[in-house]
Amino acid sequence: MPPTSPGVTGEMILFIIFGAAAIATALVMVLQTNPVRSALFLVLNLFCVAVLYLLLNAWFLAAVQVLVYTGAIMVLFLFVIMLLNLGTPDREADRLRPQQPIAVLSGLVLALIIGGVVLSPLPNPSPTLRDDRLGTVEAIGRNLFDPAQPWLFPFEVTSILLLIAVIGSVVLAKRRL
Amino acid sequence: MPESQAVTAAAAAVPLSWYLMLSAVLFTIGVVGVLIKRNPIVIFMCIELMLNSVNVTFIAFARYLGDTGGLMFTIFVMAVAAAEVAVGLGILISIFRSRENINVDEINIMQG
Repeated sequence: MPPTSPGVTGEMILFIIFGAAAIATALVMVLQTNPVRSALFLVLNLFCVAVLYLLLNAWFLAAVQVLVYTGAIMVLFLFVIMLLNLGTPDREADRLRPQQPIAVLSGLVLALIIGGVVLSPLPNPSPTLRDDRLGTVEAIGRNLFDPAQPWLFPFEVTSILLLIAVIGSVVLAKRRL
Repeated sequence: MPESQAVTAAAAAVPLSWYLMLSAVLFTIGVVGVLIKRNPIVIFMCIELMLNSVNVTFIAFARYLGDTGGLMFTIFVMAVAAAEVAVGLGILISIFRSRENINVDEINIMQG
């Protein structure tokens, strides 16, 4: 029985621990009524997903995940929550309360559909996992800036997108133009 | 012999379908969160959750198919997510300025 050697289990155990933690923190985030706690649980969830990136040998993207998502985006979220001073909303004001069971039901249907697609056999599984150096900074940089690859133009367009986002958010949040 | 064993162990490490299932579960939680939440900031956070679950899929496929396209797409998804959050929170702040209330049920100024 070659595939199930005991050396496998370390990665599997890590996957199970951090995958379960990711699902649990995501659930708590959705079920939480306090937005600050939701944001902090989302931070935990993003950390767990970063560990999964490490398991997938995407070291650079794990670092970017922690820096950009938990460092920049979540701080922005927390800043806006505290700026707007949103407390826990009162449940009586919720006029669309009957929507919730329907939402959960349709979510389950969606999970069944996605699960059916995911568990269908892949056209080319071939998980040889031979090349382990795809996730390093050097490999990603070489691929991103290689003129033979199609990523250089989207990368430059992304810089324009970020510039537009910066200008747009300043214009939107400015008190008076 | 230990090297060949290591190769087979790596090949069997965690099945690709486990990552895909985890990603599907996270995505569904995000969808349900968008549907049941009334606070637009939390809705944005649920959208971030969905984007992240898609990133897990991208990176899992990049690893298991040995293709860097998934990693590149993840970079672009992160950049788009950052831009989206910046603009969205700017919109929320300006709505809060004009209405003092950002419950999504109350915001109907674009209703025809």
